[in-house]
Amino acid sequence: MKILVTVKRIPDPDASVKFANGAVDTSSAKWVPNEFDQYAVETALRLAEDAKSKKRHAEIVVCSVCPAAQRQHITTFLAMGADRGVVVDADDTALDSQAVAKLIAGVFKKEGADLLVCGKLSQDTEGNEVGQRVAGLLDLPIASFAGGVTWDQDGKAMVVSREVDDGVETKKVPLPSVITCDLRVVLPQSVKNGVTPDDYTYNEGPRLASLRGITMAKRKKVEQLKPADLDVEAGSAISNTGVNPPPARAAGQIVESVEQLVEKLATEAKVL
Amino acid sequence: MPASLFYTDEHEAFRTQVRKFVEREISPHIEAWEEAGAFPRELYAKAGEVGLLGVGFPEAYGGTEADGFHKLLLTEELCRPGSGGIVAGLMSHGIGLPPITNMGSDALKEEYVPSILRGEKICALAVTEPSGGSDVANLRTTARRDGDHYIVDGSKTFITSGMRADVITVAVRTGGEGMGGISMLVIDGDTPGLTRTPLKKMGWWCSDTATLYFDGCRVRAENLIGQENEGFRGIMQNFNNERLMLAGMAIASAQVCLDEAIAYARDRETFGRPLIKRQVIRHKLVDMAQRIQSARAALELLTWRVDQGQWPIAEVCMLKNTATQCMEHCAKEAVQILGGAGYIRGVKVERIYRETKVLAIGGGAEEIMKELAARQMGL
Repeated sequence: MKILVTVKRIPDPDASVKFANGAVDTSSAKWVPNEFDQYAVETALRLAEDAKSKKRHAEIVVCSVCPAAQRQHITTFLAMGADRGVVVDADDTALDSQAVAKLIAGVFKKEGADLLVCGKLSQDTEGNEVGQRVAGLLDLPIASFAGGVTWDQDGKAMVVSREVDDGVETKKVPLPSVITCDLRVVLPQSVKNGVTPDDYTYNEGPRLASLRGITMAKRKKVEQLKPADLDVEAGSAISNTGVNPPPARAAGQIVESVEQLVEKLATEAKVL
Repeated sequence: MPASLFYTDEHEAFRTQVRKFVEREISPHIEAWEEAGAFPRELYAKAGEVGLLGVGFPEAYGGTEADGFHKLLLTEELCRPGSGGIVAGLMSHGIGLPPITNMGSDALKEEYVPSILRGEKICALAVTEPSGGSDVANLRTTARRDGDHYIVDGSKTFITSGMRADVITVAVRTGGEGMGGISMLVIDGDTPGLTRTPLKKMGWWCSDTATLYFDGCRVRAENLIGQENEGFRGIMQNFNNERLMLAGMAIASAQVCLDEAIAYARDRETFGRPLIKRQVIRHKLVDMAQRIQSARAALELLTWRVDQGQWPIAEVCMLKNTATQCMEHCAKEAVQILGGAGYIRGVKVERIYRETKVLAIGGGAEEIMKELAARQMGL
């Protein structure tokens, strides 16, 4: 069993957004790992490991499309416990989701992976597209927004529960397949692999990498590919015409009476 | 271009993980723990599980080799919730364990180190006595050899984690007067004859502090750390590292004061304008930042020098004073900027204000630091 997990770097979502020349200015951004990708790696780790003996039953490969020199985020995922990495060296900010999906699909085929696990979206563009597009390109079954995953080892399938408007829907997707992860997948008992006891309780949230994990991560293999190695022409069919900050809000007014408030709502705000 | 001469991407990756641990496991509870005067014992196991307790200790015993900056950033991140008590308590093995790992026998290391680094056992250091703290050479607790045991009599006070410690590294007198008669012993917390009294403090509420009484405690001779009567140098080496870490705590706490004061000054309006637009407040904030910048520059340089194997004793003494004075200044100004809000319990700057003195006294008082530096400088 080989699990491929997509991971992305994003500008620190806790930092204030800067704008320059009609675009988001990321020149001084601090790049951090996308949170949903940490859920995806955690899901893959829980599927792959026997939590008691720490023995692994699957290989986990993390894959990122980014400039090769800016792959520090991969270290974090390797430090969490992924076995090795693949970097597709390209300027991810100049690619649209279809191009990224083609590259990921190329890596999936090249690796001969059995399962693709993605975060449901990246926090910067919130596209929520790549997992679905890869499934389309490879003609694979997909279960998106997974809140729970159970590996049915006999049936060679993943049983995925996902929250929908009126309850929880359960899907069974035969391998090879694609899963995209939602927040609830990292609850203490959301992932079951048939090896770790079903009543095993994980800590909530993606696991933290230890200093030893970080040190070991540097020794793990990270393969570097070019889009051409995957027969993909990296580009974008979409062009950004402009990004601007929302207009600053005008200062509020303090009114003397209810009557004055009603009058201003009627005459100035024109909402009555 | 690297952002720092000293911090690498690996350091920053580790910082991110420590910050997450602190945000997840400590920050939401710190106020309750401070008020309760204790934090749960399980926190040691949680910190042990993600390897935080093992940073800088030998891999053979469950630790992870690390440089001074890993240890420094770990201290800094643990300081972010604004409680020195959690740092002192959770990391009390940081002063209790090095004598064992540096000078202890392999058997002693094998027996004690792994369980402490896993967070299963709590470790404390006991040097200070009711009769004196910094005057280590004249300590009075005795360990008299009796066959294959030592009989320990005396008392220790102001011992961090003293109430809960399962393993206590104790400085004792095994020989004649002065520094040449001092040894270190590992004493189990359940040794008959050991009793403990809790101490209430001005700050560091969530860390337990105790006076320990040793009344005819029988301790196996194998629990001697290193050679008999050669414990003084180890205690002094330990102090040097402790002072570097205390300086890190002081500067990190000063930074919390600055961050809190800036956030409050942006938010708080007086007479129609935010506080931060008032020149007197702006200058206070810059003055705080200026002192932090200077102290941090010295801290990073000395951390680097110690990593290179140097022993800049005078400089570390002066750094400790610079750092604690910086913290005292920043805590005072932050409480002043927050005004009434800074005087209310549960606010970080109020807590830090109560913690300034422990850092200016513990690990070597300000006056002792100056005297030691003067001697080192040949004055």
